Amino acid sequence: MSTWDWQVFCKETTSGDVAPSCFGSGGDITYLDWLLSAWGWTLSVSVLALLVALLLGSLMGILRTTPHRGLVLLGNAWTELFRNIPLLVQIFLWYHVVPALIPPLRGVPSFILVVMGLGLFTSARISEQVRAGIQSLAGGQRMAGLAMGFTLPQTYRHVLLPMAYRIIIPPLTSESMNIIKNSSVAFAVSISELTLFALQAQEETSRGIEVYLAVSGLYFISAFAINRAALFIENRVRVPGMIGGGGH
Amino acid sequence: MLALDFAFFTPDVISGYIVKGFIFSLQLTLVAMIGGIVLGTLLALMRLSGKTWLVMPAAAYVNTMRSVPLVMVILWFFLLIPLVIGRPLGAETSALITFTLFEAAYYSEIMRAGIQSVSRGQVAAGYALGMTYRQTMGLIVLPQAFRNMLPVLLTQTIILFQDTSLVYAIGAYDLLKGFEIAGKNFNRPVETYLVAAVLYFIISFSLSMLVRKLQQRIAIVR
Repeated sequence: MSTWDWQVFCKETTSGDVAPSCFGSGGDITYLDWLLSAWGWTLSVSVLALLVALLLGSLMGILRTTPHRGLVLLGNAWTELFRNIPLLVQIFLWYHVVPALIPPLRGVPSFILVVMGLGLFTSARISEQVRAGIQSLAGGQRMAGLAMGFTLPQTYRHVLLPMAYRIIIPPLTSESMNIIKNSSVAFAVSISELTLFALQAQEETSRGIEVYLAVSGLYFISAFAINRAALFIENRVRVPGMIGGGGH
Repeated sequence: MLALDFAFFTPDVISGYIVKGFIFSLQLTLVAMIGGIVLGTLLALMRLSGKTWLVMPAAAYVNTMRSVPLVMVILWFFLLIPLVIGRPLGAETSALITFTLFEAAYYSEIMRAGIQSVSRGQVAAGYALGMTYRQTMGLIVLPQAFRNMLPVLLTQTIILFQDTSLVYAIGAYDLLKGFEIAGKNFNRPVETYLVAAVLYFIISFSLSMLVRKLQQRIAIVR
């Protein structure tokens, strides 16, 4: 194996010259510029998809715990549908099939389509956790809420969900870390994110190991940052006296 | 509204494009499952051995694999294996090796939980009967751990089956690739991706129903 060549990141992508500042100037960009912009795309896709997934996943998870048979069925069907098709196939469905079947969506940028694909895929997993979180609460909590004269939505808002969400912070954390990793499939529909950068920069520079190391490192840092942020939230919202509420 | 036309999906097209990919996807799933569970069990035993020189490398291996996206792992191995063995390797063989080593990390976490779910008294009983570590693990702990974790191991295998589609990154000919090529050749990408999604759904959904049934049966016997 040959020696390391980290200077590859300071090379300009079109001319191949090494830029002294390591950042491109005069219209050309270096591989470092490209890497950082790819990281930005990875983070944007992940964060937006996470928002979609949290919203829809919570809604579907809640529906599955309501006393209404029809709503339970809807939530179950949603979850099974988006859980049992591979993510890459779902991304292709959003990219190739949805715009063909629904003409108004034809002009939608592929970035949005990928966010929807990754978001809905992850919403099925989050719906599972929200459901499990609500069902893990003692049944008396719901009855107590209703007996106090709360409506069903009020019972969810003020009694069930505040506890359920605290319980499921750990699995939600790992799902948020998964979404960073799963955003890598966006390369398949030409989103200029980290994995596509890895593929193309490897091809152009033949410095695959350096390129892959940088990309893997950025994935790791991103997931780790989410992990720390989640731990911070978990500590802030902790209820004294509950399981895990006593501090470390 | 686009008119869908599935007429081109003749038995010839299916046997010409789809079957080959389907067989590879199944092969990849089975090889990675069996290899992954065997390696994963070894990794789990290393992590629970209490010996630092065994715990550290196993933990490092599992955590590294789990912190990198599978697509990147596939690309890494496709780049590194030829450098190590000194000759190029086909995408399919590379995928078989990658998935086995990658899944080992995930199966090892499941087996670790499984081994920990067996009560300590069982290990003590094994030693009290004069069994060696190997006998205690092989005859008493692992069979119970495996049984307790069977539904989770199978659920992981369903995820593995879905993840095999990611060999797209190195161009291996799997089930999804078969559909993609058929879609390109007949200029019917919409229909082929739809059929691919339905097929993956039917397989994954019916397998997960089976796992759910199995889970109930195991729970009753216990």
